[in-house]
Amino acid sequence: MAKEIEITMENIKNTKIDSPEIVDESTQQNASRIETKGVKVWYDDFMSIKGIDMVIKPNTITAFIGPSGCGKSTFLRLFNRMNDYVEGFTVEGKIKINGDNIYKKKINVEELRKEIGMVFQKPNPFPKSIFDNVAYGIQIQGIKDKKLINERVEKALRQADLWEEVKDNLKKSALALSGGQQQRLCIARTLAVQPSILLMDEPTSALDPISTAKIEELIHHLKEEYTIIIVTHNMQQASRISDYTAFFYLGELIEYDKTRKIFTNPEKKQTENYITGRFG
Amino acid sequence: MINIEEQRVTLSKIGEEMLNLCQSQVEQSFEAFITFDTDIAEEVILKENRVNALDLKIEIDLDNFIALNNPVATDLRFALALLKINYNLERIGDQAFDIANYTIDLNQKLAPELVEKLQFKVMFETLESMFKDIVTAYTDENLKAARKVFKKDKVINQINANTFLIVEEEVVKNPALVKQYLMALVVMKKYEKIGDLLKNISESIIYYIDAKILKHKKKK
Repeated sequence: MAKEIEITMENIKNTKIDSPEIVDESTQQNASRIETKGVKVWYDDFMSIKGIDMVIKPNTITAFIGPSGCGKSTFLRLFNRMNDYVEGFTVEGKIKINGDNIYKKKINVEELRKEIGMVFQKPNPFPKSIFDNVAYGIQIQGIKDKKLINERVEKALRQADLWEEVKDNLKKSALALSGGQQQRLCIARTLAVQPSILLMDEPTSALDPISTAKIEELIHHLKEEYTIIIVTHNMQQASRISDYTAFFYLGELIEYDKTRKIFTNPEKKQTENYITGRFG
Repeated sequence: MINIEEQRVTLSKIGEEMLNLCQSQVEQSFEAFITFDTDIAEEVILKENRVNALDLKIEIDLDNFIALNNPVATDLRFALALLKINYNLERIGDQAFDIANYTIDLNQKLAPELVEKLQFKVMFETLESMFKDIVTAYTDENLKAARKVFKKDKVINQINANTFLIVEEEVVKNPALVKQYLMALVVMKKYEKIGDLLKNISESIIYYIDAKILKHKKKK
């Protein structure tokens, strides 16, 4: 299990870069603001994240980019405490969601995860019907009102742009759907629990270009209601869909700025070399 | 060729070839016009085909570079800048081609006092120096050299601005040279245009190196 180490002044001093100027213009109440200060992560004695300060504003899409092993997925999984299950995991520093430190002792991790949905690289629907897949999260919250469940399943499937394709086959097995449909079903399953943050770890890397385009379009619409963070190895995807881009390298946040700036005139040479394919 | 760096080097070399070719076209057009050497003028006219062929090659190669590599940041700026540089160089080639044609049409040598009064040589030396700065800026990615071009373009503009008044006064004194004066006016305008196009090229080089857009800005 994770153990929390209190933040020190030294940690703050060690922080490598400033976050871009974040002006919270959000009018949506649902989406959350994420803030990290001096975050360091170890797996046993290996330091995977080396002191990261970052502010992610509500209703934005932030892309995490960087070569394999740079710490972007580890950093993403800090936000829903997924790393807690990794043996030897230790975190230091503060990670706040809407002002609350999510690594404080008294936090209810299950409640936290309701707030933070996650979509993975490979679609992972349950071997159940389409309806049951989406209803699952709602039911384990203890909701038994069938009318409410039906409404929320439909809403989530509509939000995931899947309703029109599956509305007549809700009892069909989810495994019979195409890869792209399965991924949108997984997004619907996540949305049904009504989170405020969506974490996406390479959500389209296993999909064809058409399915990828649909998911990207969907992500673009979802930012109206959610704060979205996406880990991607696809530079064009990062530049197409995100508002902000964070470039990680060897556990450090090298550059974090508006996506337009990162992909036209990045400040750091390392960032430029990475996005132009010269290393990584 | 998969390596983007190698592709850029190749494209850059073709751009340099175009730059050298257009510089030589302008130099030869001037020599032909001032010394009334129709052989050189013919050479400029013939080499216009080479300018057009290189223009097309660069455009097609850049199309492929952008389509196949999805360049970003410095690579994208390089491609966009070279596209604009090439467009401006091709137009410089057109001006040199026109001057060579005017030389043949005029069919006589310009009177030396006319060349002196209109400051053709000062104008040409300034253009030559602008070309040198552009070559340094382009090949060495030298911002300082690129910025020198803007001041020099003002010299060209001033010489061109004086031309009309001088011609107006002189043509009355010596009406027999009216054809030469009129042709001198037209050719001077062509060189002034070349100055403007060199300034555009300089802006593109600065955009590539420094990511700054100077187009339509008074302070450069």
